[in-house]
Amino acid sequence: MCRGRQVTITVLYFARLREDVGRERDEVASTGEVQTVGDVWRGLHGEPPARLMAAVNQAHARLDTPVADGDEVAFFPPVTGG
Amino acid sequence: MAVRLFARPFDPWALVQERERQLPLERLGACSVFAGRMRDFNEDEDVRALFLEHYPGMTERDLERIVAEAETRWPSITCEVAHRVGAVEPAEILVLVAVWSAHRVAARDACSEILERLKHEAPFWKRERLADGTERWVERNTPGQ
Repeated sequence: MCRGRQVTITVLYFARLREDVGRERDEVASTGEVQTVGDVWRGLHGEPPARLMAAVNQAHARLDTPVADGDEVAFFPPVTGG
Repeated sequence: MAVRLFARPFDPWALVQERERQLPLERLGACSVFAGRMRDFNEDEDVRALFLEHYPGMTERDLERIVAEAETRWPSITCEVAHRVGAVEPAEILVLVAVWSAHRVAARDACSEILERLKHEAPFWKRERLADGTERWVERNTPGQ
């Protein structure tokens, strides 16, 4: 139980995905129903699109990567650097 | 290891020379350098400008991870990696990967590996401005070309 303490997961969007979503960040209350990166996306936007990339605390992640209170979760399209 | 992001144009050859002044060159028989420039065409269209978005913090960490993993695989190498962010004009340098080693194979293979992993893993996204003023996100890098 975390009564009396506000715990959240910060969600960031980049590039085309930020434009599709229409904002650059969300705050998600950390509850027992949000266990993974995929849960974070589904809770906000429904089924994840194909080729969705993600990171947790600035390290590459997958949809089944666990998330915890205070994490920074980022979603972005395929990368095109170099 | 040195990984740097530049919001302004940079001279890759000056970076290579600057780094070489600090290296024991008498022990480094090979230096493999890749320098990538912005083209003024992509998918048969004229491209006038590029904006390179990145993920501040993660981009630097991810480049350092890619270089560190190459240094684990080829323990003898020394690396210099630089990448532009923000607004870029045609013919400006986008990326530098320089790898020094005692022998040519490690330098060449590590340079190629770092570049390919950078292109497929590091969080950068290109947005192009075309001749007619419209803009578009680059959906993917040209595979292995």
